[in-house]
Amino acid sequence: MLTSLWQGKTLPVLAVCAALAVLWYAGSIWLNADMQRDAFANAGRTDYTFSDLVAGTWSQERPKLPTPGQILVELNKTVIDTAPTSKRSLVYHGSVTVSATLLGFLIGSILGMGLAVLVVHVKSLDRSLMPWVVASQTIPIIALAPMVVVIMNQFDVTGLIPKAIIAAYLSFFPVTVGMVKGLRSPDPLQLDLMRTYSANRLQTFLKLRVPASMPFLFASLKVAVAASLVGTVVAELTKSEDGGFGARLLAGSYYGQTIQIWAALFAAAACAWVLVSLVGLADRVVTRAMGARP
Amino acid sequence: MAQSGSSSPVIETSDLSLTFETGDGPVHALSEVSLTINKGEFVSLIGPSGCGKTTLLRVIADLEQPTDGTISINGMSPHEARLKRAYGYVFQAPALYPWRTIGKNIALPIEIMGFSKEERAERVRKGLELVQLTGFEKKFPWQLSGGMQQRASIARALSFDPDLLLMDEPFGALDEIVRDKLNEQVLRLWEKTQKTVVFVTHSIPEAVFLSTKIVVMSPRPGKIHDVIECHFPRDRTLDIRETPEFIDVANRVRKGLREGHSYVD
Repeated sequence: MLTSLWQGKTLPVLAVCAALAVLWYAGSIWLNADMQRDAFANAGRTDYTFSDLVAGTWSQERPKLPTPGQILVELNKTVIDTAPTSKRSLVYHGSVTVSATLLGFLIGSILGMGLAVLVVHVKSLDRSLMPWVVASQTIPIIALAPMVVVIMNQFDVTGLIPKAIIAAYLSFFPVTVGMVKGLRSPDPLQLDLMRTYSANRLQTFLKLRVPASMPFLFASLKVAVAASLVGTVVAELTKSEDGGFGARLLAGSYYGQTIQIWAALFAAAACAWVLVSLVGLADRVVTRAMGARP
Repeated sequence: MAQSGSSSPVIETSDLSLTFETGDGPVHALSEVSLTINKGEFVSLIGPSGCGKTTLLRVIADLEQPTDGTISINGMSPHEARLKRAYGYVFQAPALYPWRTIGKNIALPIEIMGFSKEERAERVRKGLELVQLTGFEKKFPWQLSGGMQQRASIARALSFDPDLLLMDEPFGALDEIVRDKLNEQVLRLWEKTQKTVVFVTHSIPEAVFLSTKIVVMSPRPGKIHDVIECHFPRDRTLDIRETPEFIDVANRVRKGLREGHSYVD
């Protein structure tokens, strides 16, 4: 057990986590100290010691930088102690965000793969479409999201769809880029081989280009699913009435509830990690079935 | 004993030329190549790099287009012959698709050509037997040695039973011992299947050992320098390389290569 700890990744990861926690707690003292001194002054206390000050900075209600401990307490409260149906539950908000994320990821992936197939097979589209695909990503999503929501609202498209569209907008891009590269990855020899069999374009596509693109596709899907979550959270900042991590962040910043913001951020990060891991798992299953070395 | 129909030409080229336009000006890969390859022959194209031997093979396979001259394969253009799946091609590298098992790789051409599942299974079994890879059907390419991979690629090229086998330095990347072994296997294969083989190599012993006809080519521009007939018995083994006849032919090939080689020093 102990040796596996030393040899594996566990120990380095724990060491880094510990170092981060130390830095974080120190940062909390540093950032929250001014407010704590003011609080003591307002209460007329002048005889506080340094340890009083430290304890104060670590237990404020609305600190500039909450401690990891405070965030964990908040997470425990909003994830485990609160009923998942309550609007105060992060499980509730998480399910709102994740469902829009998954729908957006699905739309974005299909769109991304479709575009890649077109770009690879139609020469004129390679030159005419690709610049637009790239340009689409130069528009800040934070500027685009409200407009998409407003316009779609005009057409009575509300709820999950507008958020999923914004998520898809962010996630199709890596899929397109990765898939184009993947579909073009067969070397001339592999393509010549198809030619000697007089394979048609569809056969070459299905039997060579698609299988060759799989590693590229999965690498992009990992990026895409994380981007999809980011897109959803940004959309939720605009469409906060439906809830979600974004709504939680927005509400937190309205009322200066920094602990709530950080808890939502942590929960969002955890969701992203789970989603990326699931794509990674699918990647391993598929590449193993396709003869990858274990 | 003469093979039945051994005089009917499979490949005929006349004044075949191919010039690549490159940034540094035209490269004359092939210049006025006239060659006839008859049914059942084993023809080696030998020469230094840049003599156009691979280009010639690629023109036969319709992978390159000649700029001048004529070429026919079974009386058809290379394009028609390719569409009719007249030949199997073995590349320098095995080029097995890494996501397919050996069996599936061998089945790739017949899958594309629409053979039934039962037919495919049967042909894969026969192919594996032919190249002595029985039992490796379910392995992936990386689990096999280089020589075994190249053997699998030969089985793949033969899976749809083409009359013509084009081989482009198939054993160039393998060590001497594996190469000797595979040369003997290819010879047995040729003897058994009666196919016409065009074989590109730059190894003299390999060319002399395998061929009924050795085409010595010279570079810049790529052209035929000499054509050497050699008729060792079909059931020859590697021992033949010690005989004076073998050494005579090898020397003639070596002489041809030297003459054709335009050293600038």
